[in-house]
Amino acid sequence: MIAYILRRIAYAIPILIGVNVVTFLLFFTVNTPDDVARMHLGLKRVTPEAIAKWKAERGYDKPLFFNTKLSGGGQLTDTIFYEKSVRMFALDFGAADDGRDIAREIGARMWPSLAVAVPVFAVGLLAYIAFALVVAFFRATYIDFWGVVMCVAMMSISAMFYIIGGQYLVSKLWHLTPISGFAGGADAFKFVVLPAAIGIVGSFGASTRLYRTFFLEEINKDYVRTARAKGLSEVTVLFKHVLKNALIPILTGAVVAIPFLFMGSLITESFFGIPGLGSYTIDAINSQDFGVVRSMVFIGAVLYIVGLVLTDISYTLVDPRIRFE
Amino acid sequence: MPFLPVVLFTDWLIGALLAAVAVLVWYVRGHEHLAAPWQRVARSKSGMVGLTVLAVYVVVGVLDSLHFRPRLEAGEPGRPVYAVEVLSLFDVIVGPLRARAEKTYSAPFATHLYAKEALEPAGGRQVRDYPRLKYGGAHLADPEAEFAGDVAKRVVAGVAAGALGWLVLAALLCALLARRHGADLDRAWRAVWRGETDVPWAVVLIVVLVLAQLAALATALSGGYHVFGTDKVGQDVLYLALKSVRTGLVIGTLTTLVMLPFAIALGIAAGYFGGWADDLIQYVYTTLNSIPGVLLIAAAVLMMQVYIDTRPELFATSAQRADLRLLFLCVILGVTSWTSLCRLLRGETLKLKELEYIQAAQAFGVPHPRVISRHILPNVMHIVLISVVMEFSGLVLAEAVLSYVGVGVDPSMISFGTMINNARLEMAREPMVWWSLTAAFIFMFVLVLAANLFADAVRDAFDPRLASLGAAPLRLKPLPAGRVQGAR
Repeated sequence: MIAYILRRIAYAIPILIGVNVVTFLLFFTVNTPDDVARMHLGLKRVTPEAIAKWKAERGYDKPLFFNTKLSGGGQLTDTIFYEKSVRMFALDFGAADDGRDIAREIGARMWPSLAVAVPVFAVGLLAYIAFALVVAFFRATYIDFWGVVMCVAMMSISAMFYIIGGQYLVSKLWHLTPISGFAGGADAFKFVVLPAAIGIVGSFGASTRLYRTFFLEEINKDYVRTARAKGLSEVTVLFKHVLKNALIPILTGAVVAIPFLFMGSLITESFFGIPGLGSYTIDAINSQDFGVVRSMVFIGAVLYIVGLVLTDISYTLVDPRIRFE
Repeated sequence: MPFLPVVLFTDWLIGALLAAVAVLVWYVRGHEHLAAPWQRVARSKSGMVGLTVLAVYVVVGVLDSLHFRPRLEAGEPGRPVYAVEVLSLFDVIVGPLRARAEKTYSAPFATHLYAKEALEPAGGRQVRDYPRLKYGGAHLADPEAEFAGDVAKRVVAGVAAGALGWLVLAALLCALLARRHGADLDRAWRAVWRGETDVPWAVVLIVVLVLAQLAALATALSGGYHVFGTDKVGQDVLYLALKSVRTGLVIGTLTTLVMLPFAIALGIAAGYFGGWADDLIQYVYTTLNSIPGVLLIAAAVLMMQVYIDTRPELFATSAQRADLRLLFLCVILGVTSWTSLCRLLRGETLKLKELEYIQAAQAFGVPHPRVISRHILPNVMHIVLISVVMEFSGLVLAEAVLSYVGVGVDPSMISFGTMINNARLEMAREPMVWWSLTAAFIFMFVLVLAANLFADAVRDAFDPRLASLGAAPLRLKPLPAGRVQGAR
């Protein structure tokens, strides 16, 4: 098991290098640093001096891959590729365009993101499983039918409408929660409750429908028929047999999302003004702060790989039939 | 010529897509085993409802894809001058809707502007009041007294026109059915309404009735009013919503069209050849997959935007510039979404490769390209088709989110995302400007819902695994209660 995990981590390294190269190519070869500088300084009437100054301030005044002016190790390390990409492996992200340290900023903004994302994940999972179970219990009746119709309808609504509608109803009409903003400590609750609730409602349709098919798949299996034949009640069958086995695909599917809780949700955070990583990313995109976007891409890739490893581990934990050699 | 045809990149691709669909339909009709699953789709009520609604959207989108630049009067006889503005056939059809712009916001069916202005009544001194709209209700001499009567008159006319149009369509359909089955019109009409036909025509006709009524009502009412109000710069919101349809359709269809060749070629190659090719392709898609989609899109679109902005000389009109960005958005969305299909195809090919008939083909010395094209490709096409239709609705929704984030379509391009984004800021106004959001919501919801219903029907009809498992996610006819077998 440990050998397997170690091997998975070893596999992750070439992938991370690949991610790094892809982002680097995307950021520095489609447009030269000169183009980016011109873009930032306004497109018209930019003097070469201003461009040189902008590049020097941000460390873009170096060769891309290979510095011919230096000798020894400096030829490879004193380049944009090394400065901006390779150092990310040491979690050294450099400074944002406004001069703040990106790594510090990420460390501070992680917590508001988690404050919203963790309740959405935990409560959401429970709610989806519960509702899917109800629908599966009443399968082949009108409750099932209209439940599925509701899920499909809810799937067809853009996440933004849930947010806008929720803000309008709960905050503006009923004055139950603040429209947006965030505060630390116990005050956080009143700011978090609405975005979290909307997050849960937003993916209700898709998740519930998916879980329902997991339950129905399980209900059709032979062991369930045997359990019924023994004379067990439908409720016992559903909770003791079907639920336990259907939880395997549900939980292993959910595990992959756990690392991404750190990243927060882009639109929820920006609509609700929560100072998390999601709104950090959006702000960076809007102000075209490439350093921040690049860092978030890298962190996202790392988290994705962590999620994959966690998924594999969770398989072995919940399903003893699976062994990794 | 009174106009100069403009074929944007996406117009080419839409044309290619339509041609491909036409060829496919023609081909499938000639092959019984290929037509069978489509007949199952046609028998599904929800699928046909979705398809009917989608067809209307597609008509709007295709009309909106025939672009041209009108000729200006100013040019000399020998050398015509064309407008910078690129219009489409759809713009011509809904002409007044586009041209009749107010000054700024006005509510649906309003006769007065949303904001107060300094007015100078004849002979009086200046007062601040809501000015009359230039077009909305401009034909009414006394809006308060005449408004209700005028609207009622238009509603009656609209309902009557809609019903008439629907009757013609229904009669045409029945005549077609009657001819095909050698029955008379009356018999066909009754068969349709009793549900005796294979295809649930009654349901289709009801949907068509609803759509015809809505279209006729909108046409009748928008002759004198702004049915969904006007936006910040005074444009009719109904027009904006209709124009957004093309953007949504382009994103939903071209993205998959762009990525299909890569996903199919690489997925099958990885599964069929194995070895280092498999390792390499798996490495490529795991790497791309591990970059969070939104961020990869954001990074790519930002870089593209810098490229476009620093090279203004490449584009004759702003529409061409916006179109290139739209196409690029499709490409980059395709790059982020092809990986899942690629993985599915790889797995399926791995399974197929071990089957006897493929081993037999290989033993007979059939070359690899031929094995792939004759034996593997036809047997994975259902997966391709299912993923294409399933992906569509997600992409339409993604466009709105991306445009909100600022990495979607060009801000000058009309889309659901830009509509929501512009309207969102006005939520705090008093009284609230709700109509843009409502219009975007309705048009988007109906489009995505129809796509979802159709996609489910296609998946149920094509997925052999579902057929054996019986876990059909959406049945329209619930089984009698008390049966314990669960899903079918």
